[in-house]
Order: sequence, then C-alpha cells, then structure tokens
Amino acid sequence: MSAETVAIIDYGSGNLHSAAKAFERAAREAGLDETRIVLTSEADTVAQADRVVLPGVGAYADCRRGLDAVPCMVEAMTHAAHVRGRPFLGICVGMQLLATRGLEHETTAGLGWIPGDVGPIQPTDPGLKVPHMGWNTLAIDRPHALLGDIPTGDGGLHAYFVHSYALSPERMEDRVAHSDYGGAVTAMVARDNVAGTQFHPEKSQRLGLALLANFLRWRP
Amino acid sequence: MLKTRIIPCLDVKDGRVVKGVQFLELRDAGDPVEAAKAYDAAGADELCFLDITASHEDRGTLLDVVSRTAEACFMPLTVGGGIRTVADIRTLLLAGADKVSINTAAVNDPDFVARGAEKFGSQCIVVAIDAKRTSGPGEALEWQIFTHGGRKPTGIDAIAFARTVTARGAGELLVTSMDRDGMRSGYDIGLTRAISDAVSVPVIASGGVGGLDDLVAGVREGGASAVLAASIFHFGQHTVSEAKAHMAAAGLSMRLDL
Repeated sequence: MSAETVAIIDYGSGNLHSAAKAFERAAREAGLDETRIVLTSEADTVAQADRVVLPGVGAYADCRRGLDAVPCMVEAMTHAAHVRGRPFLGICVGMQLLATRGLEHETTAGLGWIPGDVGPIQPTDPGLKVPHMGWNTLAIDRPHALLGDIPTGDGGLHAYFVHSYALSPERMEDRVAHSDYGGAVTAMVARDNVAGTQFHPEKSQRLGLALLANFLRWRP
Repeated sequence: MLKTRIIPCLDVKDGRVVKGVQFLELRDAGDPVEAAKAYDAAGADELCFLDITASHEDRGTLLDVVSRTAEACFMPLTVGGGIRTVADIRTLLLAGADKVSINTAAVNDPDFVARGAEKFGSQCIVVAIDAKRTSGPGEALEWQIFTHGGRKPTGIDAIAFARTVTARGAGELLVTSMDRDGMRSGYDIGLTRAISDAVSVPVIASGGVGGLDDLVAGVREGGASAVLAASIFHFGQHTVSEAKAHMAAAGLSMRLDL
C-alpha cells in the first residue's frame, strides 16, 4: 500500500495545528508512519487527497462563509467525497456543515450530505447548562468502523464536547452514536464514506486518538 | 452522562511555572509543558494556564509554551492573563489554546466579550470573575468584582456582571473568590451558587481549595460544572485520580478513563 495523504481543510476556522498533531500521533500509533498529514487551503490538494478532514469551531454561518471564501473548496470536497468516494470526516461545526441547514442565529445552508437541521440543544432538565461542555460517554445507535474497538456506553471511554447546537438527522440510520444530555444529542453521524463527530477527537485523549486511527484505516 | 471536570491551574510567568510543580518527578519542574503532560497522563479533564507575566512584550514565551503543550496534550487547554484585544484571542487560539479566559478587559468593556464570541464562538470565551464579599454580617449577601489581583474594587455587583457577560456571549464563567484564594478553607459556596443559579452557562468554581471535600462541595452545594484547583495538586497533597475517586465516592459523576 502506498503512503496516503490526509488533507485537513484550512479555511480560517480555529486552531488546526492541534488537529494535525493529533492525526500525526494517531498515524504513528497505528503504524501508518508514512501517512502524510497536510493542512491545506488548496482546493486541488483536497480534490486529490486520499482522505479529507473538515474541522470547524465557532458559529455556523461564519464557518460556512469561511469555507465558501476559499476558491473551489466546496467543489473539491464534493469531488473527493462523492466522485472519488474518499473517506471524509467532519469535526464539530465541520460535522454540522454536512447537514442541510444550520439554524444558529440565522438560517444558513449546509452541504446537505447528511439531511437534517442543526438546531439549539434543549435539555429536558432545565438545570442542565448550555453549552454542553465537557466529557460524555457515547451510546451506539449502530456499529461503525470508526468506533471499532473503542469501549462505549456508560462504562466506556469519554469524548470531549463543547457545543450549543446539534444535528438532528432526518434519517435515523445516519445517526451512529448519541450522548445523553437531558435527551439524546447526536454525537456521530455517517453515511457511506462520509462521517462526522460532534465531539472533538483531537481533544478526546484515548478515545479520540483511537477514532482518528480508525479513520486512517477506514475502507468504506 | 456529562461528567464533572477537574481542572488543574498553572500560574505561568515568563514561560515558567511559578513556584514549580513539586510532586511530579519532572526533569524540569518549572517547565509548564512538562507539567501539562504529567497532568494529561494523570487524568486531568482540562488544563488552565494563567499567565502572570508583567510585560506585554514577553508574551512570545507564553505562545511558545501554549503551542508546545498543544502538540503534546490532546485535551482542552484554557489560557488566561493579559488578554485585551481580539487579536490577543486570535493569537492564543492559533497557538493551540482551546479557550481563553478574559478578566480585566471584560470588566472594562463587556462588549469585548461580545466581539470575541462573535468572532470565535461562545465555546472559547471564558470570563474570569474575581469577586470579594462586600456585605457585612447579617446583611443580604453581596459580592463585588475586584481587579488587579483582588486589590482594586470596581463597585460592580458580581451577580449582575455574570448575567451581563453571559448575555454578551460568554460560554463559561470561572468564578474565583478573592477572599478564599490561597486560604485553603474551601470555595465561597454562596458566591458559586448565586452565580450558577443566575446564568445558564457552566460555572467553574475556583479559589480556596484545602481538601477533597471542598471539591465535592463546589459541585454539590455550589452548583459548579467544573472545579479548578492549584496547590493541592502541585504540592502533592492529592493526585487528580485521588480527587476523582473521592468525588465519585461522594456520588458525583466523574470520568475515570485511565
């Protein structure tokens, strides 16, 4: 197997440095030392990459504007994911952008790859604080390669979340895992070769590094 | 279920940990990156660096510390101290901080919180509230915001200020009792509770931890979502995992992944 290139899309959203470092560490731990992790704002690099990662922090509309501001980037992502069928991972707002619409402050069009809306978290228990911030466990809705051998459920490992809005997929089969926070909050979605996590694998210590390693080995 | 967080806080001056971290077997007890790695391995849920470097010109060393920490620790990092402008926030986030903690600049201009939250999202804007009790015995409880390490009163009511900055977009509040800070007599539970009840965002209790029961009280009685402590960890009185075990035994939900 020749060395793969993983493109992390740089569109001015937050700190991508730690995401890149987490992928490098996950690659080393998975024995994939030759995998190249590149931070890029070049559409061509993304279109030709073996795997693509769309990170994102901040407000939905801001992230969408940032992504649209990079020439041809949405087309390049679409080419990689839907023409070439390459594994694609959205993280946090990068995952929310996979939805049809974001409803944060204003209505913003998403990519529409995972049909559904991104709306405010409304815990049934009014004592629960928003943002949903901190470490929560994952409840599996359906088995998925990215969660592979990761211990989940109440006694499982924890993932780090920080968000006030969440994706509600129209098709329940697109939801791979949720967390309980005064109701089910979508934690991970996937459809074919496209996946997304609401939590931050690059901040989730053991669970996160294991998930990133699984992504690097994923053959959807 | 969401877990209660334990956040060790390191005071950093000119790129070095103030007083050092004395329990860990570190090659360099004054290196914040070494200390951060050790706390990462020990199961801390987040880390906080408070930069107390006097001059603004020496910020480069802090940025280097932040970026080396972010390369080695895959856990959330909050950095506070001396943040005055949107450019300061951007620089720290790009260096690898996940959140910034804003103190004096938010007191001087609450709209600064709004500008930061609009630009970078509420999730990365923590407002640090340093408060002292100003009501006398027998009077209705009241706390005021103090700046300059607790020396300078502002006349601003702490609870009203908490509401103000939350409305402006603060995603979390770090509430420190300046009466209790360094006293090891426990958090000011009344202050923590009053602010936690007044806002919808998570509150971090800070200032005054003397023992593990204080951490439990900060959550159970104070309503905090996270507890911050410094000396009980740095000087080896307790490990993070002892603290977690104690809090779990008291019935709180803790992350015990290690």
